[in-house]
Amino acid sequence: MAAKEEESVEGNTAWLLTSAALVLLMTPGLAFFYGGMVRTKSVLNMLMMCFGAIAVVGVLWVIYGYSLTFGDDVTGGLFGDITQYLGLSGLIGNEDALTTTAFVAFQGMFAVITVALIAGAVADRVRFGAWLLFAGIWATIVYFPVAHWVFDFSNDSGHVGGWIANDLVAFDFAGGTAVHINAGAAALALAIVVGKRRGWPKEPMKPHNLPFVMLGAALLWFGWFGFNAGSALAANGLAGVAFINTFSATAAAIIGWLVIERLRDGHATSLGAASGVVAGLVAITPACAFVDTWGALLIGVLAGAFCALAVGLKYKLGYDDSLDVVGVHLVGGLWGTLAIGLFQTTYVNDTGVSGLFYGGGVTQLGKQAVGALAVLAYSFVLTLIIGYAIKATMGLRVSDEEEATGIDEAEHAESAYDFSTLRSGTSPISKAADALAGSKVPANASKEGVTP
Amino acid sequence: MKLVTAIIKPFTLDDVKAALEQVGVLGMTVSEVQGYGRQKGHTEVYRGAEYSVDFVPKVRVEVLVDDTLGDKVVEAVVEAARTGKIGDGKVWVTPVDTVVRVRTGERGTDAL
Repeated sequence: MAAKEEESVEGNTAWLLTSAALVLLMTPGLAFFYGGMVRTKSVLNMLMMCFGAIAVVGVLWVIYGYSLTFGDDVTGGLFGDITQYLGLSGLIGNEDALTTTAFVAFQGMFAVITVALIAGAVADRVRFGAWLLFAGIWATIVYFPVAHWVFDFSNDSGHVGGWIANDLVAFDFAGGTAVHINAGAAALALAIVVGKRRGWPKEPMKPHNLPFVMLGAALLWFGWFGFNAGSALAANGLAGVAFINTFSATAAAIIGWLVIERLRDGHATSLGAASGVVAGLVAITPACAFVDTWGALLIGVLAGAFCALAVGLKYKLGYDDSLDVVGVHLVGGLWGTLAIGLFQTTYVNDTGVSGLFYGGGVTQLGKQAVGALAVLAYSFVLTLIIGYAIKATMGLRVSDEEEATGIDEAEHAESAYDFSTLRSGTSPISKAADALAGSKVPANASKEGVTP
Repeated sequence: MKLVTAIIKPFTLDDVKAALEQVGVLGMTVSEVQGYGRQKGHTEVYRGAEYSVDFVPKVRVEVLVDDTLGDKVVEAVVEAARTGKIGDGKVWVTPVDTVVRVRTGERGTDAL
């Protein structure tokens, strides 16, 4: 079923560049998805954690991240050669590498969003500097290697890739293991290291802006078409399959989540619908180009149901994964990765094998499980080590008082919303107070300046 | 003079205001407040976690009136704010010693 039409380098490159831009948009989308779920006093910090991930990982990616991920394997399938494309040497300025540079851009966006995903587990309480340091170290010793294992395929021209893709041959089309299980396991570890928010779970910490959450989910979905269909690395029929499965599985996942909510809690909620979108997208990510319509719908509806049930686990187990990165990304990622072993069919993609329900036996299911558990364990253990190391040296958390007042004020000296006229810069009270305190007002701030 | 204070359901404010104008009240102060009586709050569910919202939004209306008008004003508010369902609110009257109009310095009933 895959591309019978003639491959066009120009067409493929155009689609890959477009997809890269779509995937970058997912991170700001995620920022709003998460930002709406936190309280008014910490929404800016949540947005900044996501933008901070773009900043740090974006820079590391072009310096050595791409090389560590897609350089020739140096250690039996574990790491790429960091020196091979250092600073993208040999790629930039080489016209033959036109499509390769598009691939560099596309894969860089994956690294960014994977790190940003973790932020949701530790909302409201991590010092910004510590987060940026974590993002850099985690990308370097967890994401880049794991992406090498999963995404770096060996080829005929002598390139040797990672072990999950080439030796184990577990399938992961767009990142169920490398992105979602990876980020979900890290989120669990980091939530444990950082500890609960003050007052959790007794104090109510409800979402401050559900329209943000819905808007963020919509942006994620839009960008995810690039994530999944772009992973075909070509503008062909397989990209179309990935695209339509990304659409249908996600639609089914909304239904799955809302049905569970309606039965368990009595209401179908907007937060549930937005969460169902993300759960479905996560689960279909690894499977999107391996399953037919029925497989996609089943993966989607069950992803919605499983994740809706899984988000309650943190209360039973006592870890404050604040925005349910574990319940959605780890659980959804595991389900989607294993589901390949159940629903995969060569009718859709002849590079794959048949899953259990298509007469293929349990062999592939076993391989999928090995790949998933390897990534889970590696990410969990390494994240614990990185987390405790930062905690012991520079410290991870803001003070209790800063957390209570709000991390936006403590870490960024800003507040997201200014509704109170008594506190705004235009009120006579604050002007008088500013004048007394001798605060610096830029000359162009106001015509009146500071008049006590 | 009396201060009539009413805690009412927000959506009844327009009716209450109209009723007060009808009995000759010339001004009022309203504020958005939160609280609960026997109605209690409600429950919200986010990803399966229940949050009880104890305080429900209400509007507080405050009116300063002449002693003679007190009962009529109370009656007008009660009439306009009643839905018959739990949570309609309360109205109470407190005596006021002095009222001064800031602009002119007038005192007592002249200041109303």
